[in-house]
This record gives sequence, structure tokens and C-alpha cells, in this order.
Amino acid sequence: MSAALDLSLYARPDSDGRLSMDLAVDGVTCGACIGRIEGAVKQLPGIAEARLNYTNRRLHVVWAGGALEPGRIIETLQENGYRGHPFVPLRAEQEEAAEARKLTRCMGVAGFAAMNIMLLSVSVWSGNVTDMTPETRDFFHWASALIALPAAAYAGRPFFASAWRALKARSTNMDVPISIGVIVALGMSVIETAQHARDVYFDSAITLLFFLLVGRALDHAMRRKTRTVAGNLAALKADTAHRFAGEELVTVPAAVLRAGDRLMVKPGERVPADGTIASGRSDIDESLITGETARRDVGPGDTVYAGSMNYDGALTLTVTAAGGATLIDEIGKLLDKAASAKSRAMRLADRASRIYAPVVHSAAALTALGWWLAGASAHDAIVTAIAVLIITCPCALALAIPAVQVVASGALFRAGVILNSGDAIERLAEADTIVFDKTGTLTLPEPRVVAPDSADPELLQIAARLALSSRHPLAAALAREAASRVPFEGAVEEVGRGVRATIDGVEARVGSAAFCGLPEVVSLPWLSHIYCSFGGRSAAFTVAQSLRPDAIETVARLRALGFDLRILSGDRAEAVAPVAQALGIEQWGAALKPADKIAQIEDLKREGRRVLMVGDGLNDAPSLAAAHVSLSPISAADVTQAQSDAVFLGDRLSPVADAVVSARRARRLMSENLGLAAVYNAIAVPIAIAGFVTPLIAALAMSGSSLLVTLNALRARGGRSA
Amino acid sequence: MNVIVYLLPLALGLGLAGLFAFIWALRSGQYNDIDGAALRVLQDDDVEPKP
Repeated sequence: MSAALDLSLYARPDSDGRLSMDLAVDGVTCGACIGRIEGAVKQLPGIAEARLNYTNRRLHVVWAGGALEPGRIIETLQENGYRGHPFVPLRAEQEEAAEARKLTRCMGVAGFAAMNIMLLSVSVWSGNVTDMTPETRDFFHWASALIALPAAAYAGRPFFASAWRALKARSTNMDVPISIGVIVALGMSVIETAQHARDVYFDSAITLLFFLLVGRALDHAMRRKTRTVAGNLAALKADTAHRFAGEELVTVPAAVLRAGDRLMVKPGERVPADGTIASGRSDIDESLITGETARRDVGPGDTVYAGSMNYDGALTLTVTAAGGATLIDEIGKLLDKAASAKSRAMRLADRASRIYAPVVHSAAALTALGWWLAGASAHDAIVTAIAVLIITCPCALALAIPAVQVVASGALFRAGVILNSGDAIERLAEADTIVFDKTGTLTLPEPRVVAPDSADPELLQIAARLALSSRHPLAAALAREAASRVPFEGAVEEVGRGVRATIDGVEARVGSAAFCGLPEVVSLPWLSHIYCSFGGRSAAFTVAQSLRPDAIETVARLRALGFDLRILSGDRAEAVAPVAQALGIEQWGAALKPADKIAQIEDLKREGRRVLMVGDGLNDAPSLAAAHVSLSPISAADVTQAQSDAVFLGDRLSPVADAVVSARRARRLMSENLGLAAVYNAIAVPIAIAGFVTPLIAALAMSGSSLLVTLNALRARGGRSA
Repeated sequence: MNVIVYLLPLALGLGLAGLFAFIWALRSGQYNDIDGAALRVLQDDDVEPKP
């Protein structure tokens, strides 16, 4: 038998010789879970600290080294009905957390400064129309400068750094005009203050920073939230492997496997790493790799790939590639090619900023020149030009797109779609053709019993409850039909053959035909059968990959949205045809190799289409990379998930349609917001050029336009389908 | 108008106190588990269950 999972990889020692570990916990649904989990774990000997973070569903445990076998923590969670899986926080996630703290601190400082400067500014504005003496005004201006300069130096760093990086790379981004605007406004204000002038723009500069930082902090928080959930899902999905240590079997996380390790793969388990079979024979299901649903018979010397499901016999294999290296050569090559050839659409925000910066800066320069030629003093000409820079306010423009992105990715997150890349929303909205993979995408990742309603209900229930005692994939499909989740007492599994139990003195068996003493049903190669005998009665249940429960309606909905739908499958034509027919998709291809899929997608692209590829298999990874935008279900192979722009959760296909609808709405709002920003500038710029802008008008215009685009962005939440 | 000379620093001082309180809260992890904090307050973990 295998030993408990070896978790020493995950335990981290701290300075007082204690060990700590983080676990992603699945099944936390309500506030009471906090107390139950922490209470149960604290009962264990040697536990110093157990704290569940309810927001990100992670448990942090600290214990005295040596006092506790860490596997006990996971067992304790399991006894209480939760699934826990340890993980090492990714470096990217830690860096992001640090970045988020920095942004929030900057936001706090900018907020403090903005409020206090506004307090002083309002006093000056009202003093200007009443009886304020110039000395008092100067004092207030100097006080504003005292707050504004250090605050901007601190809170402006994220913008200055990014602008500097862009300039060094000889390109430009939205942060360049922002930085120029802030620095110029502050510099001019200091000079004006020193000359006892009436108008200074400290408040505008700092309020601009504050608004932008709020936007950035929210954007960051949203991205961290989705990243955390994705991290938890990955941890919960992480495979374990039974590795031979000498003659003994040790269960280790698949992540620590090395080439040359010897593994045991039991029936009903997924192969954790690529390898060659040393001994044993079995049927394996490679649908996650090739899309082929018929099983392959393998024996010593054959190569098996990570992600294959082992059906019948225990296999011993020698690992050839493990961890991240697990990839079929052909797919690896195609992937490199597809990813490098990918036409990276330029993002809306970049396009906007590329137009914005030159237009605004030349408008300011022309204003200065025009006033100077018209006979104004150099000082007045420059002050007016700077007012143009300030009032054109990158604020509305810089918020226009990120604000929509934040709200839309939140809406998608609630719909069960986790975005991998920020610009995926824009590309999703542009898609006009959807290419589906069949196996695991249109169909469920695990096989199901075909037409359970037509079977004898009593026999089905007995078979299903018996099947609960087995790990065989066919039995697992049958077990899904069980009304009661309690296995029969005394049920015995004969590995690779079936399960038997005695129910009320009558022997019941479920398993292979021979095991149940029944004749073998001969049918199509992608259908499997599991047999059941109970007393004199018997039944054969057909198990096959079945469509996702809402596939037909989702496909109809997508068609109504105007999409051209296709299926490109690696499975054989006889298996694809019925699926295509059920869904009413006329254009489908079967028995396609990964290279064929890419070729078809390239053809579609040449026709000028924007292709959304939805796929899960390793064979889909290159086509996901080649498509304009891509989605995969959470059950997809790791390599495939890494290539896709977004991952959707659950058994249903509807998130695909939801994602497209939300993305289209978001895209429309982005354009609207850019339009609003343009209209605002069209009104504000002439006023500034004419020299009518006072600090009060600047402050009102800036806040008003930012508020407007933010409120408009909130519509991306939309409960109504657009 | 001389009142401004001490009122202004006082106002700034109060604002700074708020800012430092915010930064302290951020540093000490008060914002790490926002949803959990709302639920933890309802736990009666200080009450021993009766045997």
C-alpha cells in the first residue's frame, strides 16, 4: 500500500524552528467553516497557529517541527468535509501582492494630500472673491506646495517609473503624458507661488494622481483576485504520483518527479508524467491529449503521456519527462511557431494614448506660440499653454479603459470565467467565428452513463452504489447516478475486474462482463460498457462522453448572436458526426492532427475572420495560441490552459456565451468612454486655449470627466444581457 | 487671521494621523482577509461549548 502523501516539500521552516505551510481549501462556503476548520486543525498536536483566510480560501498553518506529520492536516480537513491541497505561493503572486501594497500606500498618500490641498484651494478660491490678503494667499500656496511636492514625489512613482521605462525603450504609453502633466503643473505652480501669482495648480496635479491611483489599485485588486482563484484551482488539481523508493511506494506531488523515476499508476488514476511502461498492461484513455475517445491498449515499451487516464491494470513506468517538460515534441514545436506568429492586436488604450500624447502636446505648444505672436508676454503664453496641458487631463482617458476592464472582469469572474490576460476582453469582443474542440469541450471531460432513465431504476441504483467502492473510471461514471452516496457495507473491489457485495443475502456484482458472468456487448469503439448482475437480473450500461448539459442551448444562443460555429476534433469522424448533428453545426472536421487544426484556423484568419478557439486537449494548445482569442475549460491540460486567454469553470458551456456577451458590452463601453473623453476635450481645450481656465474650472472639469467615465464603466456589470 | 497659524498645522496633523493609521492598518495585514473579518466577528469562540 502507499504511504501518506510526502509533504516535506511544502513545509517551510521559520526562524524559531517552526514549520509553516499554506493550503488551498476547497468546500469553504460559509462563515461557520472558519471556526470548524480552524477548530479542527488546532486540535492536532503541536499546532501553533491555524488561520483561514476566507477571502482567498487559504489556510495558513504553523506547527512545531517534528511534532506533526503534515499529512495529518489534510486528513483532518478531509474528515471535516473539506479538500485541502498544499501549495507554494507563486513568486508572481507574491510580487503582485507587494505591488498592490505599494499602490495602496501611494493611493493613501495621494488621497491625504489631495484632500488637504483641496481644503486650502477652496479657501483661496473663496478668498479671491472676498477679502483675502495677498500675504495670506501666498501662505496658503506655500502650504499647498509643502504638501504637494513630497506627496507627488512619493505617490507618482508608479507613473514616473513606467513613463521612464517607456521613454527609455523609445516608445510611449499613457503614463508619459500623465507624468509630463503632473511635473509641469507642479513646477509652474511653484514658480507662480514664488512670484505671488493668483493661480496655482497644486490641487489639479494631486487630484489627478489620486484618481488614477484609485483606478490602478482597483485594477490590481481585481487581477489579484482572479489570480488567487486560479492558483487555488491549480493547487487543488495538482496530481500526486506513487513513486518507488526502493521497493516501497511513496506518494509524492507530481511536481517533484524527475526523469528516471519509477512510478506505479493504479487503475482509475491519471498518468502524472510522460514515461515508458516498464511492466503491466492496460487500456488508457488519451482523450485529454489527442481528443480520441476510443481507448488505446498499452503494454511494456509503450510511451504514455501525462494526463492519460489509466483504466484497467496497474502500470509501472519510467519517467522520461516530468513537471513542466511534459509535452509531446510535435506539439511543442507547433506551439512555439503559433505563439510567435500570433498577430498581437494593438490594444485600444495604446492606440488612444498614441494619438492623445502628440495631439495634446502640439496643441499646448501651438497655444504658447500663438499667444506669444499675438503679443502676450512669454510668461502669460507659457501659463496658458500649461493650462491646456492640465485641462486636457489624461485622467478621463486613462480611466476610460481600465475602469471598464475592472468592472467587466469582475462580471466575468462571477459568471465563472477567469481571465488570464487583461486585453482578452477586447479580443473576445472582436471574435466572429468560434471553433470548438469536441472531446472535453463540447462534451464533458469525464464519461457519463448514456440514457440512465431507460435503465431499470432499481438495478441502476444498486449498480451505482456498488460502483462507489471502485476507482475505475467507468465505475465513477456509474457512481454519478447514485442517489445515495453511501457505499454498500462489505463491498470488495477486485482491481481491474469489478466490485461485489452481498445485499440482503443476494450477491451483486458490477464490473467487466466476465466478472458478472454476462456476454460481452459488441458496439462502437468509443462506447464502453459496464455490467451489473444482481440475483438473476442483469444489465449492461453504456458509458460514453456525453454533451455538456447546456451545450445545445448555448450553441443556439451563440448562433443567434451571429457567430459562425465550427468543430475541429482529433477524434474519428463517426464519433464527431453525432455531436455535430445534435448541435446543428454543419462545418466540422474530424481526425485532425494539431497541425491540421492550425492550418484550418490560419485559413479562417486569411478569410479575415477573428477566431475564438475553445479547446481543452494538449492537441488543442497550438491552435489556442494561433487563434485570435481562446478559452478552455478548467479541466483542460495544464499546457493548454497556459495558452488560453481565459478559463471557464464548471460543467456547463454557457460561460462561453456569457463571456462573449460581457466582452462585447465592455468593448462598447470602452468606445463610449473614449468618446466621452474626446467630447470633454473638444469642449475644454478651446476654453483653455482661449486662456479662460482658472484652477477652479480645471478642478471641476477634471473630477467631472473622471466621474462620468467611471459611472459609465459601472454599466459593464449589467445584469441585463445586451 | 493669526488663528490660521496654528489651525492649519492642526488640520494637517489630524490628516497625517489618519494617513499613518491607514498605512499601519495596511502593514499589519488588516486588509488581507476582508470577507473573513466580517464573519469572524460573529463567532463566539470565547464561549466554551458546554460538555
